[in-house]
Amino acid sequence: MSARPLAPAAILRDAGLSALVAFGLFVALIGLRLVPTDNGLALEQRWRALLAIVGAVFVGRLLMLGWRAWRPAGAPTPRVLAESIRRSARWVAPLFLLLALALPLFAGRYVIDVGILVLTYVMLGWGLNIVVGLAGLLDLGYVAFYAVGAYSYALFSTTFHFGFWTTLPVAGLLAGLWGVLLGFPVLRLRGDYLAIVTLAFGEIIRVVLINWTSFTGGPNGVSDIPRPTLFGLKFNGSGDPDTFAAFFGVDYSITQRFVFLYYVILGLALLTNWVSLRLRRLPLGRAWEALREDEIACRALGINVTVTKLTAFAIGATFGGFAGAFFATRQGFVSPESFTFIESALVLAIVVLGGLGSQLGVALAALVMIGGTELFRDFAEYRMLVFGIALVVMMVLRPRGLVSGRVPSVSLGKPKEIAADLVAQGRG
Amino acid sequence: MTALLRLHGVTAFYGAIQALKGVDLEVNQGEIVTLIGSNGAGKSTLMMTICGNPRARSGEIHYDGSDITQLPTFEIMRRGLAQSPEGRRIFPRMSVHENLLMGAYGRAPGEAAEDMERIFALFPRLKERLAQRGGTLSGGEQQMLAIGRALMSRPRLLLLDEPSLGLAPLVVRQIFGAIRELNRATGLTVLLVEQNAFQALRLAHRGYVLVNGAITMAGTGPALLARPEIRAAYLEGAH
Ligand SMILES: Nc1ncnc2c1ncn2[C@@H]1O[C@H](COP(=O)(O)OP(=O)(O)O)[C@@H](O)[C@H]1O
Ligand SMILES: [Mg+2]
Repeated sequence: MSARPLAPAAILRDAGLSALVAFGLFVALIGLRLVPTDNGLALEQRWRALLAIVGAVFVGRLLMLGWRAWRPAGAPTPRVLAESIRRSARWVAPLFLLLALALPLFAGRYVIDVGILVLTYVMLGWGLNIVVGLAGLLDLGYVAFYAVGAYSYALFSTTFHFGFWTTLPVAGLLAGLWGVLLGFPVLRLRGDYLAIVTLAFGEIIRVVLINWTSFTGGPNGVSDIPRPTLFGLKFNGSGDPDTFAAFFGVDYSITQRFVFLYYVILGLALLTNWVSLRLRRLPLGRAWEALREDEIACRALGINVTVTKLTAFAIGATFGGFAGAFFATRQGFVSPESFTFIESALVLAIVVLGGLGSQLGVALAALVMIGGTELFRDFAEYRMLVFGIALVVMMVLRPRGLVSGRVPSVSLGKPKEIAADLVAQGRG
Repeated sequence: MTALLRLHGVTAFYGAIQALKGVDLEVNQGEIVTLIGSNGAGKSTLMMTICGNPRARSGEIHYDGSDITQLPTFEIMRRGLAQSPEGRRIFPRMSVHENLLMGAYGRAPGEAAEDMERIFALFPRLKERLAQRGGTLSGGEQQMLAIGRALMSRPRLLLLDEPSLGLAPLVVRQIFGAIRELNRATGLTVLLVEQNAFQALRLAHRGYVLVNGAITMAGTGPALLARPEIRAAYLEGAH
């Protein structure tokens, strides 16, 4: 955004115009309201609320433009701010890792539980980031792979009594397989079309889960899914010799299970991160990024475009499957309700907010979005509103995500980060 | 001389629109052949059809003695063809180094390092700009990068689509000089598409003229340059 300062009169006019637009937008939306009465509907007029909104827009716009015009000389411009955020990423990431590792030492059960939830979404975000952020394939049905993973573990463990650690790779493999099955026919589609088909696929999986009652338990889902064990040690208070508490001779506390689950998901998330970072440095990962930049150029270079896209899809799906298996074992219960479109949208929002392709950005976005909504639980009904506002604010202030720089994956000397505002907008 | 690339009666369509109407063309081993023609004649389509994207509807394309007409693009490119496509199409967010590595996709990293040195000898500018993002290079540097990237696959036949597009005359001379040097020193065979007919015909051993998807004239560079129709259609005021 160019920050050419305006004269006071121009600022006033601009703010007035914004207020007028706000008035036009909200006059019917907020100013009028239908209320049911004994004899039909009546129109309630809420001019006070309307005035408040229009006033807020006017004052807000005034402040914004005024700040731009009379900014103190030393105040950081958005670019300088972004630069410092980017530079601090070097120590922020290890700091967050340390904090994440140490969290169970000082946090209570509730915080650990929230941490588990956040980490699940961090993992999902990193998994989807491979598909959307690196390969540039807009996948609106990521939750399908999460569901395949969850149901894989749920069914294998309840039917064949397989343990968590045996089933985990199977769940990932099955999800990856579904990724390939879906990817094969749709990956020749581009942009919007791909998004729509993946969206439909996510819904199809959910509808199948609801209706195939004999196999999936239908709307009732699958319950009594076994909890994970630590080398065969269970986490319960029965006092049996094969429980964690008895084996180590400590008193049983339910927190132990939470801490264990926490470290399991932390490990899984870090595995996802490690694999993503490794892949980025391999020719395959570079090909994904190249594909996102220019598909025709990739063809001209002899890259097998279909196979390359398919691997991104399958690897992303595999991590979704891992996360799903973890979800099933954590909940002890799965049902189709957990795999609605809103989950896909949430994970996608995390990836987009975090800055497509940025590992740290995705983790921060997950922390803010999941941890934030968990903290403000009392305002749950405003969740979507806050969500929307946050997205709009992001689009205005940092259209390429929280952390939007890109470090080249190879370099001979010191790696130099490429500034976000120099990074071209991706072409459809 | 044997033909490294031979097209016979090649047609290509975009939906119902016929872009190539039975093209016959030969490129011999070690030659620089240029294809000239005005905007929309089908030059780029011909280059892309050789690479199988779009696939030829009818006719035959032979490369190095085998029929490649029906092969998928990545199979064709694996046989020693490389293309620097129209508009350069470098990867703008990736560094020069990464762009070059993409050209060596699927080959051993050791070989790639060797090839990169050869390319730096040809275009020293690229070595200076190694860590720079492709999108921030100048037009000439981008063209050098596009050619360098294509050369990273060690091709025997290099397809160059309008390398002079939008470049200053001095830079064009530099690029054409590099093409001549490559051809002379390594025997690289080049099929060069150009609108800049005068310079292209002076550089090339032979040339073809493409009009509305069909070849209308062929001959050696000097012979074509001498033809009055060519002078009238493509060279008026060009130098
Ligand atoms: N992707 C496409 N879809 C439909 N028509 C195309 C496409 N590409 C090129 N054409 C058409 O094919 C003809 C030849 O185009 P092109 O090969 O790009 O010409 P040149 O490279 O000689 O300027 C033109 O009429 C152009 O409009
Ligand atoms: Mg063209």
